[in-house]
Amino acid sequence: MAAETPVRERSRTEPPVRRAGALVRWDVIVAVLLVAVFAVGAGTTGDFATADNLSFALDDLTEIALIALPMTLLVVAAEVDLSVASVLGLSSALLGALWDAGWAIETIIPLVVLVGAGCGLVNGVLVTRLGLPSLAVTIGTMTLYRGLAYVLLGTNAVSEFPQAYADLATGAFPGTPFPYPFVLFVLLAVVTAVVLHATGVGRALFAMGANQEAAFFAGIRVKRIKLLLFVLAGVVSAFAGVVYTLRYGSARADNAYGLELAVIAAVLVGGVDFNGGKGTLGGVVAGVLIIGLLRNLLMLRDVSTEIQSMVTGLLLIVSVLTPRSRHVQTSLRRRRAGARAGGRGRVRRHDEAVDAEQ
Amino acid sequence: MSTVAAANGGRRRAAALWRARELSILGALVVLVAVTAAITPDFLSAQGVKDTFLNASILALLAVGQTLVVVTRNIDLSVGSLVGLVAFTSGRFVLGHPDRGVLLVVLLGVAIGAAVGLVNGALVSFFRVPALVVTLGMLYVIQGLDYYYAHGQQINAADVPASLLNLGSGSVLGVPYLPLITVLVMVAVGSYLRAYPSGREFYAIGSNPDAARLAGVPVRKRILTAYVCSGGLAGLAGVLWLARFGTVVADAANGWELRVVAAVVVGGVAIVGGVGTVYGAALGALLLTTIGSALVVLRVNPFWQDAIAGVLLLLAISADRLLSLRVTRALRRRNVRHGG
Amino acid sequence: MLAGAAACGGTTKQSTQNSDQGGAKATGSANPNAPLKKGLKLAFLPKQVNNPYETIVDDAGIAAAKEYGGQAKEVGPSDASASSQVSYINTLIQQRQDAILIAANDPNAVCGPLKQAMGRKIAVVSYDSDAAKDCRNLFVNQASSEEIGRSEVRLTSQLVGGKGKIAILSATANATNQNTWISFMKDELKKPQYQGLDLVKVAYGDDDDQKSFQQTQGLLQAYPDLKAIIAPTTVGIAAAARYVSASKYKGKVAVTGLGTPNQMRKFVKDGTVTKFELWDPKNLGYLASYAAASLASGRISGKQGETFAAGKLGKRTIGKDGEIILGPPTVFTKDNIDDYHF
Repeated sequence: MAAETPVRERSRTEPPVRRAGALVRWDVIVAVLLVAVFAVGAGTTGDFATADNLSFALDDLTEIALIALPMTLLVVAAEVDLSVASVLGLSSALLGALWDAGWAIETIIPLVVLVGAGCGLVNGVLVTRLGLPSLAVTIGTMTLYRGLAYVLLGTNAVSEFPQAYADLATGAFPGTPFPYPFVLFVLLAVVTAVVLHATGVGRALFAMGANQEAAFFAGIRVKRIKLLLFVLAGVVSAFAGVVYTLRYGSARADNAYGLELAVIAAVLVGGVDFNGGKGTLGGVVAGVLIIGLLRNLLMLRDVSTEIQSMVTGLLLIVSVLTPRSRHVQTSLRRRRAGARAGGRGRVRRHDEAVDAEQ
Repeated sequence: MSTVAAANGGRRRAAALWRARELSILGALVVLVAVTAAITPDFLSAQGVKDTFLNASILALLAVGQTLVVVTRNIDLSVGSLVGLVAFTSGRFVLGHPDRGVLLVVLLGVAIGAAVGLVNGALVSFFRVPALVVTLGMLYVIQGLDYYYAHGQQINAADVPASLLNLGSGSVLGVPYLPLITVLVMVAVGSYLRAYPSGREFYAIGSNPDAARLAGVPVRKRILTAYVCSGGLAGLAGVLWLARFGTVVADAANGWELRVVAAVVVGGVAIVGGVGTVYGAALGALLLTTIGSALVVLRVNPFWQDAIAGVLLLLAISADRLLSLRVTRALRRRNVRHGG
Repeated sequence: MLAGAAACGGTTKQSTQNSDQGGAKATGSANPNAPLKKGLKLAFLPKQVNNPYETIVDDAGIAAAKEYGGQAKEVGPSDASASSQVSYINTLIQQRQDAILIAANDPNAVCGPLKQAMGRKIAVVSYDSDAAKDCRNLFVNQASSEEIGRSEVRLTSQLVGGKGKIAILSATANATNQNTWISFMKDELKKPQYQGLDLVKVAYGDDDDQKSFQQTQGLLQAYPDLKAIIAPTTVGIAAAARYVSASKYKGKVAVTGLGTPNQMRKFVKDGTVTKFELWDPKNLGYLASYAAASLASGRISGKQGETFAAGKLGKRTIGKDGEIILGPPTVFTKDNIDDYHF
């Protein structure tokens, strides 16, 4: 009972920015890292900081960046969706299959996005109505949706999509090096940031992630919101599938295989706590950019894929290690000092409750 | 006293319900084999049966290791790339050195696996980092190491010492080595988890980590042990992979971690921890492998295989949940009745 | 309702038949007497950087570059996915390479960046697995796709005496080269002299040893009276041969396809495999390297009929659609397998 009250009071009195307190340090680190990567790249490799190269790099990131947005919302609410890449693949396969069958592209795209929403709905219902753990559910749906993609398209790769749409997916915003899909991502990121950090819904997500039961008792409609989050993830993944297919000009059942891990890596490197309740969208955007630019820089310098892989892995581990150890230190310090001040006692218990969530 | 007896009764009832899970998987397996054999009698021939068990052995071995970890409410996603790394490293180790005995290779493989498991376990238990993240990062790191070491080469079966290959395809008294090893490991780990107090502590940790900690369970040590075992068994699986297939490329067992988790969950080991047995996990592995083979034999479009596996997984998780709800209700009724 | 949606106007496949389906892009004029430029920068981009077959090809190409004073390297993704190659092509463009040699995972996905590369006067040569014709200057084919497909059927027919059920064990379902060969095989099977052969199944082993192994098992269980398995992939044939040689089907089911002598030696010697074929992958890399260098030096422009000198492989002619063929495949048997070591 005692653990609920502080959360409730916090959500009413404290602005959400301060709740990310323990993680602001990591956000700063990530931002600095991003600048560092950019500086090192521009300084050492002549071809890195060109408009061309940056445009390529941003292009590469598109789908990961787009899907990272709903994924952030989900992870903050202490859930996860591993089926995003499979939904992308399924929507790509569906797009290809229907296009090949002669359907009009204007009909196909909305339909594909609708199917993506359906996929997300399945995830959401299983998690909220049946109370199943999202990790297990989305591993199952991940396999199911990818399998359906193969059933749809099997051996074929469909190409020759309408030039106008392909141009939209590959072209750059006139006068800038920024590709259209990336511009779209920026717009969506701004919207998501506003929702997450400056609205009641966003505060609700943080509350749900910190302590689901407390949030429920505080009047937040946990199940309804989580369901919508999963549907959103499905919609965005399906849309990303359309973008992916048009960008590469090829619809295949194995498109974006394994992308979900890259998305999660980006979200985690961006400082979102995997247990929920903490994180900033700015951090995630920085995380996406770091991973993308770092990969681009390493490729330009002919660093082999092996080393790239190892660097990603180490970055991931370090990114969770640092805030974690600081958190552990802080809570140890608070525990020792907690006996003295009564007010801090409440804070201590909240920290322990969060620790217990793990 | 009556409360304790009631609690015991409740526990026994829970145990009975969970045993029902292993039986239902066995049942599904029997039905599947029966249907397939009816359509294609060759499925049940000596060759067919041998093949099925051989195919499932490595997955089942990995499932046993993963059970230890999942039961404590953690996960180990690095096993797939670890198998690949060990398989390739062991291959390089014996290449051109037929004198290096099978036992030595096995020890090397297990050692490498255990070392990686130690790192995983330390990060998860001491730094309290979410297992998904740690093992995901480790997956990338090991994969990178593996490719770096392999550098586009492959181990050919022709170059692997016959003694090692014999481990993969030979048999003793008509029973192939591979399934035999898996069964031995399974029984060893299974008995430990059930019969020893320290073994049961794994379940306690998964059920309620705080209660376990307060009850004096050395949580960190157990989690560390779980990961070391999971890694060690993955190492063993890597050596067995080399023995069975002979030809190894760098990305052997790529992507297997999710298959292992699927096998484990289908086998009744709840992803939230605290429940499930290695026997169920091994049966889950056998079921998933058999489905794959059956689909090929039944001439079903192979692309349906993944979709079916996904549906099965969802059914398994739902069944888990319903079962656990029923158990909770049963225990609650007992408690209410006996004033607990 | 479905037909209605399709007929409801809007942009459909029929309405957008891309007239852009040009042939191979030639680079303009050629000067056959131009010397090979020194210090050319070449990059080999295989399907997957850890594929042993591709590694042999690329290493040979890199060694060939040293012969004419060029600098070659191998870069590529660790997963054989269509889109991973795109990032690498972009990087190579940034690095201002003189030539890009690519074994495409998907003929269309790599098209955009390859066209950009050609636009920047980078020579684009595909090898092993072709990209779309208008996205590359030349295609170095290990053997005529038609020749591979038809010769496999010929070989198989010899092995089973002209009749029986046969199956194909392929690599990944989307691989361009595999699907081309298989379609030629199916076409050859239509001929009257192969009426007795019945192709019952095409299975996919994904170029994964374990999967190919299991697919072979499944094939033999589903079709116990199978007479032959054709595996036009070095991974597939090795796995199939290994399974058959340790099973009751040894000697009863013929295993053939495309394999490397080193991997198959054991099975040829123990009687599981009688005949199989391949070409020397080193020659493929060597030829591709010289072709790219000749293109980048302006010796050839990619038009049909042009010839160029390919080092120790002699003079080569460019065929239709910019395709250069290495030569007919070599058939390996017990008698000649010890002469080859790759």
